[in-house]
Amino acid sequence: MSSSTTERKLVVDRRGHFLPLSPSEVGSAGKTGSWRTERPVLSPEKCTSCYLCWLYCPDDVITMEPRGPEGNEIPVIDYEYCKGCGICVDVCPVNALSMISEEEPIEIQR
Amino acid sequence: MIEMALNIKSLPKKKYVMPGHAACPGCPETIGFRHLGMALGDKAVTVIPAGCSAVIQGLWPKQGWGLPALNIVFAAGAATASGLARALERRGVDAHVVVWAGDGGTADIGLQSLSGAAERGENIIYVCVDNEAYMNTGIQRSSLTPHGAWTTTTHRGNPGTKKPIPQIVAAHRVPYVATASIGYPWDFIAKLRKAAKIRGFKYIHLHAPCPVGWRFDAGLTGKIAKLAVETGAWILYEYENGKLKLNPPSNRLLDPSKRKPIEEYIKLQGRFRNISPESLEVLKRDIDRNWEEIRTALRAQGDL
Amino acid sequence: MANSIPKPQWQVTGQLIPMRGNDAVAYAVKLARVEFVAAYPITPQTIIVEKIDEMISHGELEADMMHVESEHSALAATYGAAIGGVRAFTATSSHGLAYMYEVLWWVAGSRIPVVMAIVARAIGPPWNIHVEHSDVMVTRETGWLVSVAENNQEALDLTILMFRVTEDPRVYLPGIIGLDGFILSHTVEPVDVPPQEVIDEFLPPRRQPYVFEPGRLVAMGNLMPDEIFEEHRIDMHYSLASASRVIKEAGREYAKLTGRDYSNLTECYRCSDADYLIAGTGSWMGDAKIAVDLLREKGLKFGALRLRWIRPFPWDEVREVGLNKKLVVILDRSISFGYAGQLFIELSSALEAKPSIVGVPAGIGGLDISYSDIAYIGEEAVRLLEEKGRIYIPVLWYHLGGFKSLPPSRQIETTRRAQFLSIDIESIGEDENR
Ligand SMILES: Cc1ncc(C[n+]2csc(CCOP(=O)(O)OP(=O)(O)O)c2C)c(N)n1
Ligand code: SF4
Ligand code: SF4
Ligand code: SF4
Repeated sequence: MSSSTTERKLVVDRRGHFLPLSPSEVGSAGKTGSWRTERPVLSPEKCTSCYLCWLYCPDDVITMEPRGPEGNEIPVIDYEYCKGCGICVDVCPVNALSMISEEEPIEIQR
Repeated sequence: MIEMALNIKSLPKKKYVMPGHAACPGCPETIGFRHLGMALGDKAVTVIPAGCSAVIQGLWPKQGWGLPALNIVFAAGAATASGLARALERRGVDAHVVVWAGDGGTADIGLQSLSGAAERGENIIYVCVDNEAYMNTGIQRSSLTPHGAWTTTTHRGNPGTKKPIPQIVAAHRVPYVATASIGYPWDFIAKLRKAAKIRGFKYIHLHAPCPVGWRFDAGLTGKIAKLAVETGAWILYEYENGKLKLNPPSNRLLDPSKRKPIEEYIKLQGRFRNISPESLEVLKRDIDRNWEEIRTALRAQGDL
Repeated sequence: MANSIPKPQWQVTGQLIPMRGNDAVAYAVKLARVEFVAAYPITPQTIIVEKIDEMISHGELEADMMHVESEHSALAATYGAAIGGVRAFTATSSHGLAYMYEVLWWVAGSRIPVVMAIVARAIGPPWNIHVEHSDVMVTRETGWLVSVAENNQEALDLTILMFRVTEDPRVYLPGIIGLDGFILSHTVEPVDVPPQEVIDEFLPPRRQPYVFEPGRLVAMGNLMPDEIFEEHRIDMHYSLASASRVIKEAGREYAKLTGRDYSNLTECYRCSDADYLIAGTGSWMGDAKIAVDLLREKGLKFGALRLRWIRPFPWDEVREVGLNKKLVVILDRSISFGYAGQLFIELSSALEAKPSIVGVPAGIGGLDISYSDIAYIGEEAVRLLEEKGRIYIPVLWYHLGGFKSLPPSRQIETTRRAQFLSIDIESIGEDENR
C-alpha cells in the first residue's frame, strides 16, 4: 500500500514531520463486507422498529430509516462493510432478520 | 434509586465505531465501544493500552474508533489518562478521559497503574473490557479467565479463578465502581453517564464475551453475554461511595433458584467443551462465592 | 525571589545562589514555568522532585505535582499531560530509567516534547547508588535528545535549553539532561539563576505538533504499514540529527541573554594546538581540563574534548577537532559489555579511527577518578603510542590506579588482584566446560 498525497496531508505537519496520527474513517481494514459468508436480510413487514439490531451491531453498519411498509423505521444494512456476524439476527425479538448464504441470489430490498 | 429507563431511540445516532474496522465479526469490544460513545458523546477521549482495541482501529491513515484514541504501552493506561486528564483540566477543556483496557491490561500488567490512579483519585473513567483472556496475542490465560476454561496456555483448563478486580478497586474507596455487560447496553450506558457526573476515579468492569477466544458462533455474542448474567456467572452491581447495590436483572437473582443453570451458559462455548465435572464444580463454587460475598455485603449494609 | 533582580543587560545576570545540581534542575523547571511534574523517588534523583514540590507548596511554581506509583507511570503520566497540551517534566535515575524504558520509545515516537532529567547512577546488581553513565547511555537509541552537564550551572542552563529545543517545530522530540549522581546532584556549587524575565524572553509558550483533546477524532499510534513506519522513523532520525542547528541557534541566543555560551554541542579545552585529546562527557571532564594543564606542564600537548550533547551526536565538531590528532583517549563511565565503552564506539567511528585511539572505561560504580588519574591515563596512552607507533585499543580499563585490558584487545595483564579474583571464581565453582 502506498500513501497518496491526500493521505500524507493528514499526518504531516507544517514542518513536514511525519505524525503517527490517523483520523476516524470508515474502512480502516478495507471493505470488510468481503469477509462475509452469510448475509443478514430483513423481512420488512415483520419489523417492529425496536432498534435492537442497531444497538448491538458491532460494526455500526445499520441505520434506521423510515422505509418500512407503514413508513416505520427499519434497519438498512451497509453490505459494503457488514461482516455477517449474525448478531442482529440473534437479537431481533420478532425474527424479522435472517441469515442467507452469500451464494444465494441477492434480493434487492427497497 | 429508580433505574433510569433508557429510551433506545433517543440514543445518539452518530457513529462511534467506523464501519470497516479490523475487529473479528461479532466482536464485543466494538459493541461496548459504541455504547461508550453513545453514553458520553463527543466529550470523551479514550486512552487505549495494547490489546484488541488497539488493533481494531485498523491501519494508518484511518482509525476505526469514532472518538480520539490515544494508544499507549500495555501497562500505562491509567497513568497516561491521569496525566492527560490533569492537563485538560488545567487548560479548561471539558472532557471525559476514559481508559479502555482489556482484562490483561487491567488485572495483570496494568493493575499497579490502575491502583495508583484510583488511590490518587484521578478524575477519569476506567473501563475494563473483560473478554477473560489475552485475546490480541491469541487467547492466553489472564487472571480474569474463569476456572476450567481452555486457553492456549491452559490446555487442561484454567487452574485459577477470576480475580475480584471490582472489589479490589472498590477497596481503594473510590466514589464509583460498577460491573456491566455488553448484553445490557442500557445498564452500561446509564452507568457511564452516572460515572461522568461523579468527580474522581470511576471504574466500570464490562463483561465482553469474545466469539474467537471463547469458541462460539459470532452471532451469539449478545446472547452469551445475557446468559452470563441470567445464570449468575456475571453479576451486575454498583458501588456508589462504597454502598453496594445489585442492578437488574441480577437483583432478582440473589435466590439461586431464580438463576438459569450454569450449563446453559457454558455449553455454548468451546472453551468449556472439555471441562471436567470436578472443574465444573469449582466453577460453580466460585460463582456461589461471589454471590455469597454480595449477600454478606448487602446484609452488612442493612439492605437484606 | 527573582523579582528583586533588575532587568539584565547582555552579561551574566541573575542571582548567584549556592545549590546542589538537583536544585539547579528544579530551578530550571520553575523558570521554564513547567505545568506538570510526575514524581517518584530514586537516589540520587529524589531531591529534584522534592525541591519542585517545595517550590509548588511555597507558591513559587504553579504546577500539578503527581505522586505516581512507579517510574513507568511517572513517564506515562508526564507524557499524558504533555500530549494534553502542557509543559511537563519528570526525573529519574538508574533502575527508574530501566523501568520506564518502553515509555521512552512511546514518547519519542509520538513526537511529543517532554523533558526529563537523569541523575546518572549505576544499574545493579549489586545495588550501587553511585555515578555511572550506563543509564544515560541506554537512552541513545530511543529518539530522545540527550545532553550531559559538566557542572551545576550547566544542569540549570541545559534544562532550560532543552525545553526550548524540544518544543521547536523543527525538532518535536523529547529530551534528557544527564547529570552525574552525587558529584553534581548532591554537591553545592554557586549557580547563576537567570531572572524570570530573561527566561520568558528565551522560552516561548509551549508548542507541540498536536494536542489530544475531545473532538479531534484521531488515533495516535495505531498500526502502520511497514513502509510508512519506516518513513516515520526516517523523519525521527533526521529531525534529531538536524536538531544540532536548533541547539546552536538557541545556544547563541542564550549566550546573548545570560553571557553563557551554548552554541556548540561540544566544549573544547586547549584543543586547537593539541597533539592528543582526552574525550568524554560529564563532570569528570572538569578534572580532565586540569589533567590537560598538568600534562602540558610535562610537555605533552593534550586538549580536552567534552561532549555536552550525545544526541544529536556532534559529528561535525568531533571531526573538526579530532581527525588530525595523533591520539584520542576516550573516557567512558559505562561499558557495552562484550565490546567497549559507548563513547569509544561512537567517537572512533566518527573519527574513522584515523587518530590512534584508546578507549578507557573508568570510574564505574562511582569509583573516584581524580585529575591525577586522568593525567596518568593520558601519559600512559602516549607511552603506549610511542612504544607501538600506532594504537587502537577499544578497552584499556583503568581500575584502582592501573590498567586491566580486556577483550577484544586480549592483552590481559594479570594483576595481583585479577589472580585473586580468578581463584575466587574457581572456588565458587564456575562451570569450566563452557
Ligand atoms: C509490555 C508488553 N508485554 C506484552 C505485550 C503483548 N501484548 C499485546 S496485547 C496483549 C494482550 C492483551 O490482552 P487484554 O489486555 O486482555 O486485551 P484483549 O486483547 O483481550 O482485548 C499482549 C500480551 C505488550 N504489548 N506489551
Ligand atoms: S450481520 Fe453483524 S455486522 Fe452485519 S448488520 Fe448484522 S450485526 Fe451488523
Ligand atoms: S431488531 Fe428486528 S424488529 Fe427490531 S428493528 Fe431490528 S429488525 Fe426490526
Ligand atoms: S479476538 Fe475477540 S475481542 Fe479481540 S477483536 Fe476478535 S472478537 Fe474482538
